[in-house]
Amino acid sequence: MLTWIDERLGLAAWARAGLRKVFPDHWSFLLGEVALFCLVVLVLTGVFLTLFYVPDATSVTYSGPWAPLRGQSVSAAFDSVMRLSFEVRAGLVMRQIHHWAALVFVAAIVVHLLRIFFTGAFRRPREINWLVGIGLLLLALTMGITGYSLPDDLLSGTGLRVIYSVVIAIPFIGPYLAFLVFGGEFPTPEIISRLFVFHVMLLPALLIGGVLVHLAILVRQKHSQYAVPGATEENVVGRAFWPSQVFKSTGLAILTAAVLALMGGLIQINPIWAYGPFDATTVSSPAQPDWYAGWLDGALRLFPPIEITALGITIPSPFIPGVLLPGVAFGVMTLWPFLEAWVTGDHAEHQLLDGPREKPLRTAFGVAGLLVFVILTLAGGNDVVALVFGVPVEAMTNILRVAIVAVPLLGFGLTYRICRELFDRREAPGQRRASVRLRRTAAGGFEEIEPD
Amino acid sequence: MNASRGVALALAVSIAGSLALVVIYVVGGSIQQQGIGLALALGGMGTAIVIWAVALIEAPIEIEERHSFATGREHAVVVDSGTGTQEISRRRFLARLLAGAVGILGAALVLPAFSLGPQPGTDLFRTAWRRGLRLVDLGNRPIRLDDLVADSVTTVFPEGFVGRPDSQTLLIKVSPSDLALPSDRAAWAPEGCVAYSKVCTHAGCPVGLYRAKEHLLLCPCHQSTFDVLRGATPIFGPAARPLPQLPMEVDADGYLVALGDFPEPIGPGFWDMTHTPADGG
Repeated sequence: MLTWIDERLGLAAWARAGLRKVFPDHWSFLLGEVALFCLVVLVLTGVFLTLFYVPDATSVTYSGPWAPLRGQSVSAAFDSVMRLSFEVRAGLVMRQIHHWAALVFVAAIVVHLLRIFFTGAFRRPREINWLVGIGLLLLALTMGITGYSLPDDLLSGTGLRVIYSVVIAIPFIGPYLAFLVFGGEFPTPEIISRLFVFHVMLLPALLIGGVLVHLAILVRQKHSQYAVPGATEENVVGRAFWPSQVFKSTGLAILTAAVLALMGGLIQINPIWAYGPFDATTVSSPAQPDWYAGWLDGALRLFPPIEITALGITIPSPFIPGVLLPGVAFGVMTLWPFLEAWVTGDHAEHQLLDGPREKPLRTAFGVAGLLVFVILTLAGGNDVVALVFGVPVEAMTNILRVAIVAVPLLGFGLTYRICRELFDRREAPGQRRASVRLRRTAAGGFEEIEPD
Repeated sequence: MNASRGVALALAVSIAGSLALVVIYVVGGSIQQQGIGLALALGGMGTAIVIWAVALIEAPIEIEERHSFATGREHAVVVDSGTGTQEISRRRFLARLLAGAVGILGAALVLPAFSLGPQPGTDLFRTAWRRGLRLVDLGNRPIRLDDLVADSVTTVFPEGFVGRPDSQTLLIKVSPSDLALPSDRAAWAPEGCVAYSKVCTHAGCPVGLYRAKEHLLLCPCHQSTFDVLRGATPIFGPAARPLPQLPMEVDADGYLVALGDFPEPIGPGFWDMTHTPADGG
């Protein structure tokens, strides 16, 4: 059978080389795989959801089994998600697995990115794949936000409203852009079907295409590796794709799906029946977005009330925290490989990875950036945090306004210091210490023999 | 006619087609015109590339041996990639023309995206409030001044526009002696009744929480806080502008009626919000 195929397609040589491809044997190389397997789960569950979802903002009267909403006017989209949740067998578990998989997908991408960053895996020759990776992260975030808004419930409607307000805040083009995207002044009935097209057609095609490019470049360039014994700039030390890595990855794929199934089955997420349908005159409180968008909302909450009008041009207050800040953040992230090469003057090829302590400045920058993300995320839930600690929300906001400046600076200094200490005290992990030969002297002491 | 001229002509047709597409889109031409424009733009470019390939690129006939697919044989690949590129760079003018034609066609093809939304026009400057429209609640009942209880909050709309998002307004009754409105708005608060836009001036959320004891309106989205007694000026949070106040009075039957639209744009800010919209207010 295999011979029959090979005689027609001639794939055996290619397959043999592929099966012998060497994978470095380290757990941190599996983070990207977790993201990949989440994507598979997302596609499978997503196809199921699409069979039942109705992308339509027309008002209908809810008449399903959820008593508190019966008789209420809801959109056809909301109605279809309610039906999917309560009347379609296995509908709710598919929805919850899909939502959890989306959250874990973005999380796996971010942790994978952090691994790449802190070990310097983005350096030459891998700058292109870093750029592809950043593109994939942005696509994943856009997928998350468009998907989150599809059920047309009160919480997601609030999210869309804030996005609309941030878009119209862009000087000169904001109102035009917002009207193009939303089809008019918020809220518009068009937005639901538009989000649907993006979420199930355009973005998945780009995302899957991007993942294929990401993997093709990886295979072409071969893996980077830690400085394990035997590893050099010219080789890859690890285990062959077949059978070791195939089994590991297959196992990991199934386990990822298992964990997502467990989460989807046991942990409630996005209970739209508790939020109710979207209504332009009400808002749920507290209102928090999915985890990966919390920092953007947090920036909006912390930013001081500054709205400048000069020469008849107004810079609305959401512009700086809502557009400029994420723009700069993603800009620096995108350009990091080039910035670092420019600053350090290191344009050489690197197949061997750094330990974080070996590059104190890079590590300190990374930690500071992470701390900004953490504090802004906390700020995105400042009302909830204030409730937990029993302080007024105003005090919480003021504390976080100080923290957003102080904590990353402190983290930067501390990380730099710790890395230097660790680096000065010990060699890089994985590097072998040079052996020393000793001779016992007649007096009973020891003396070192110079290597010959 | 030599081939180079043919290519240039075809590219010119393509450019003309793309430009025609832009014109047709802007002035709103017929479907036939759109189809023909696009066909010219693409057809010209396709023709140019085909002529280029057939007549301008000197590609000798080459022979590639067919090989067995069975494993182990070397793959024989005979490609002289140099010839084609040299051909293209030699014809620099045509190459530039081709790049220009591609760019213009690309721009023409982006235009249909503008069908996605209307021009903002005056939408962001105006709501449904007009002089003489009565204030009604969500159940479409007009509001009588005498029926309002102190420290009550009602979401109201202009009569005939119940539920319209940009016109949602909060009607609050406070003690008239506590009010400290700017002097030009003192008449807009009959017997301590004030009406403010319910759309937050920060990110557009409905300002849904009222702390009656302190007379503060709180937006649940980003915690902007507005002082009801002082013309809804922001006192905490990221909002920088007061909630616009609705001018209103009591009519002969004791009902609250609007005296006009909000004096400034409601909701989140945009760059030209301080301009007066073209067709007046």
